Amino acid sequence: MSKVEMTVNGRAVSGEVEDRTLLVQFLRENLNLTGTHVGCDTSQCGACVVHVDGKAVKSCTMLAAQASGSTVTTIEGLASGGELHPVQAAFKEHHGLQCGFCTPGMIMAATDMIERHGGKLDEKTVRAELEGNICRCTGYHNIVKAILAAAEEMSGAAKVAAE
Amino acid sequence: MGMEGIGARVARKEDKRFITGKGRYTDDMSVPGMKHAAFVRSPHAHAVIKGIDSSEAEKMPGVIGVLAGAEMTTDGIGSLICGWMIHSKDGSPMNMGDWRPLADKKVRYVGDAVAIVVADTKAQARDAAEAVKVDYDVLPAVTSAVDALKPGAPQIHDNAPGNQIYDWEIGDLDAVDKAIASAAHVTTLDLVNNRLVPNAMEPRAALGVYDEAEDHYTCWTTSQNPHVARLVMSAFYNVAPENKLRVIAPDVGGGFGSKIYIYPEEITCLWASKKTGVPVKWVADRTESFLTDAHGRDHVTTIQMAFDADNKITALKADTIANLGAYMSLFSSVVPTYLHAILYSGQYVIPAIHCNMRTAYTNTVPVDAYRGAGRPETTYALERVVETAARELGVSPAELRRKNFIREWPYQTPVILQYDSGDYEASLDAAMKAIDYDGFPARKAEAEARGKKRGIGMSCYIEACGIAPSQAIGSLGAGVGLWESAEIRVNAVGTVEILTGSHSHGQGHETTFAQLVSDRFGVPIDSVSVVHGDTDKVQMGMGTYGSRSGPVGMSAVVKALDKVEKKAKMIAAHLLEADESDIVIENGQVKVAGTDKALGWHEVALNAYTAHNLPAEMEPGLKETAFFDPANFSFPAGCHICEVEIDPDTGKTEIVKFVASDDFGNIINPMIVEGQVHGGLAQGIGQALLEGTSYDAETGQLLTATYMDYTMPRADDLPSYTVSNTVTPSPLNPLGIKGCGEAGAIGSPPALMNAITDAIGNNNLSMPATPQKVWAAINAA
Ligand code: FES
Ligand code: FES
Repeated sequence: MSKVEMTVNGRAVSGEVEDRTLLVQFLRENLNLTGTHVGCDTSQCGACVVHVDGKAVKSCTMLAAQASGSTVTTIEGLASGGELHPVQAAFKEHHGLQCGFCTPGMIMAATDMIERHGGKLDEKTVRAELEGNICRCTGYHNIVKAILAAAEEMSGAAKVAAE
Repeated sequence: MGMEGIGARVARKEDKRFITGKGRYTDDMSVPGMKHAAFVRSPHAHAVIKGIDSSEAEKMPGVIGVLAGAEMTTDGIGSLICGWMIHSKDGSPMNMGDWRPLADKKVRYVGDAVAIVVADTKAQARDAAEAVKVDYDVLPAVTSAVDALKPGAPQIHDNAPGNQIYDWEIGDLDAVDKAIASAAHVTTLDLVNNRLVPNAMEPRAALGVYDEAEDHYTCWTTSQNPHVARLVMSAFYNVAPENKLRVIAPDVGGGFGSKIYIYPEEITCLWASKKTGVPVKWVADRTESFLTDAHGRDHVTTIQMAFDADNKITALKADTIANLGAYMSLFSSVVPTYLHAILYSGQYVIPAIHCNMRTAYTNTVPVDAYRGAGRPETTYALERVVETAARELGVSPAELRRKNFIREWPYQTPVILQYDSGDYEASLDAAMKAIDYDGFPARKAEAEARGKKRGIGMSCYIEACGIAPSQAIGSLGAGVGLWESAEIRVNAVGTVEILTGSHSHGQGHETTFAQLVSDRFGVPIDSVSVVHGDTDKVQMGMGTYGSRSGPVGMSAVVKALDKVEKKAKMIAAHLLEADESDIVIENGQVKVAGTDKALGWHEVALNAYTAHNLPAEMEPGLKETAFFDPANFSFPAGCHICEVEIDPDTGKTEIVKFVASDDFGNIINPMIVEGQVHGGLAQGIGQALLEGTSYDAETGQLLTATYMDYTMPRADDLPSYTVSNTVTPSPLNPLGIKGCGEAGAIGSPPALMNAITDAIGNNNLSMPATPQKVWAAINAA
């Protein structure tokens, strides 16, 4: 057993877990944060993407113990003060989800992508960088559209803030 | 059209919970005392079970119980059934082999469940499942249907000699053979429709809870049709009588057909909950999904199309062997017959059609409906043979199709179906314009100059949705009726609840169904709730598959709304002292036409419940129920055109442009319909370009059982699509809608294959057209 401690969505949490416990299991089972999903067992689908210390990580591919001491943000922690994150809002506006199962991972991967590129994204880059996230419902068309729209909005907002 | 009414591009009400991580899927459910299950599965494709020793597993940490098939048989749990009887052409009934939820004598595919282990944690259950020792006598296996039907093949079920399930036919063979013999030209093709794994992103799961005090069971499960699950588990599997079994399908993460069926796992979890006295949850991992979710397609076909000297089609003949896997899944028998063969007229006038269908058992996962279910197989064969014929005849593929289009509706085909309405030329023209078909030769020349091969290909598909009417399908062997139910409850404050037997697992019913109410009564969609997926809340329903929620489910809602409207108008007429025929409902007001006498919608609702002043004899309340049983299928149709560019050095195909012009009849929410098309196209393109399921022919091991081996379409494999609609309303339902869920997956594979074969000048190419195969075909040409 290992003792793990981390900050999840701004809250300090801890737990006693079996060594083999994955971060995604710790989030879902110990913390009841069931927004992070498990879609595969080979690190391929991205349904489980969360942010660990500000970086997108597949939480099925990291032990809870490895994440001990880190700051973790899950889909539940992305909206702040009742305001949707621009990526969340764009997914809704552009119909970037159908069954919603891949959606938390998609949104977490997309926010990370937009931040890394400083909002300068084109379709080709978005498609290439979504390579680690599988969606079976949408054919990606509207996911790509939503990410591009969110990137534009976020870089617009960043510009306004800078001016 | 109001802001939120029929035809409005409204953002989805249900999205908020999904984008904030608050969706509630089966694996998110937790009940007090819940324990976890793992299944012991056969590692062999075909073997006799000689004995099961669970003594060691039972002693492992956290283990509550290990239960095997013999005990389940003793407890009277029934075998799994196929719900549609098909008779062979000699009149004999199909050979349905016994499918035990937990195999007790023989296993027939890798993944066949043998025992269930219940433990405190999932990991403990899995560890213990590994420790259950099953003594197998391994038998030779067969995985291809063609091989399974050969003399001397391993015999899989005792009651299916030679592994044949049925040998069925439809159409006039004599007429077809005569037409072929006297034809000016005959095009013949041998085709394989590749086996696919549906791969809904949410793996299947079940949570079974037995309440001893009430002798009552609850099952949360990943189902597209919870009421059918309850019916089948009660009536056939003896799990519990219907009034003692509640089935709940909460948020479900995609289905595509694979979650229609009632699988061994949900039955076993319910049974195990009673046996162990604890709630039992099972969640598949992805490999388990590959190994046990019903697969799709897997046809081997020879198709012939005959033409007269004027290039008019005179006959079509298809001869197919279909693989149904190790057991007959719930609707497996109807997919190759009444969902496939009767579509062979396509969009064309074809005087004589014959289809022969042989189905076989193999040592593979059961095969059943997957997005399109039988219709993609028809369309693939038909649209490749038409395109091939055009090449052989030296005419334009578009013009050959145009020449043979059906132009009058209703149109009676020679194979049962009567098409309701359509305008095939309109969708062909729209698609050709969208892709600039006429500009293709110039683009091809430009690509050639860069050393690339360009091709263009089309597909004009017909699809049949909302399989109906119940009486007719009953006479064809269906075990159920395929109507739908709806209940409209107007609350005393005027808000509305829609209870529907349809089930949404991504289709957006919470929004589109609410739009119907908004359109009718002027209430905002936020004041309308959609209740579905729970047998305790909705009385009965047939669920969602076959693009039936629109043409059938929504039609039931409309019928119930008609009744509510009638009663509301009677109440308003009474209160306003007007004639009922003068009452109109506009913008949330119930008023006397042409006057300023009006009541708010909520006032009428309140009056229905205070009942202080209702017309004489009227019962209080405002709530109505309706069932809708359509008079026929509806027939969406359209044209897909694809342009590809291929690198001859690598064989890699790039989709330069994909256009779809579809006729779905009237549309409730264009945004959602476009989304359905996008998703269908991705699955169709996946089939044509990427997805292949492969079994080791000798051992029957599934070689493509993870996302490392089975190529799922990813964002960088796919283009953005150009989609548009033409509209001919269906005359068969009150909304004039036809259904849109499957068209993308039906029309796209042949369009893409026609484009690739056009580019490389070699028609001998099978799906998935991987770079390796395309490269080989280029070099063989
Ligand atoms: S669950 Fe983590 S990548 Fe699939
Ligand atoms: S929305 Fe269903 S998997 Fe992406």
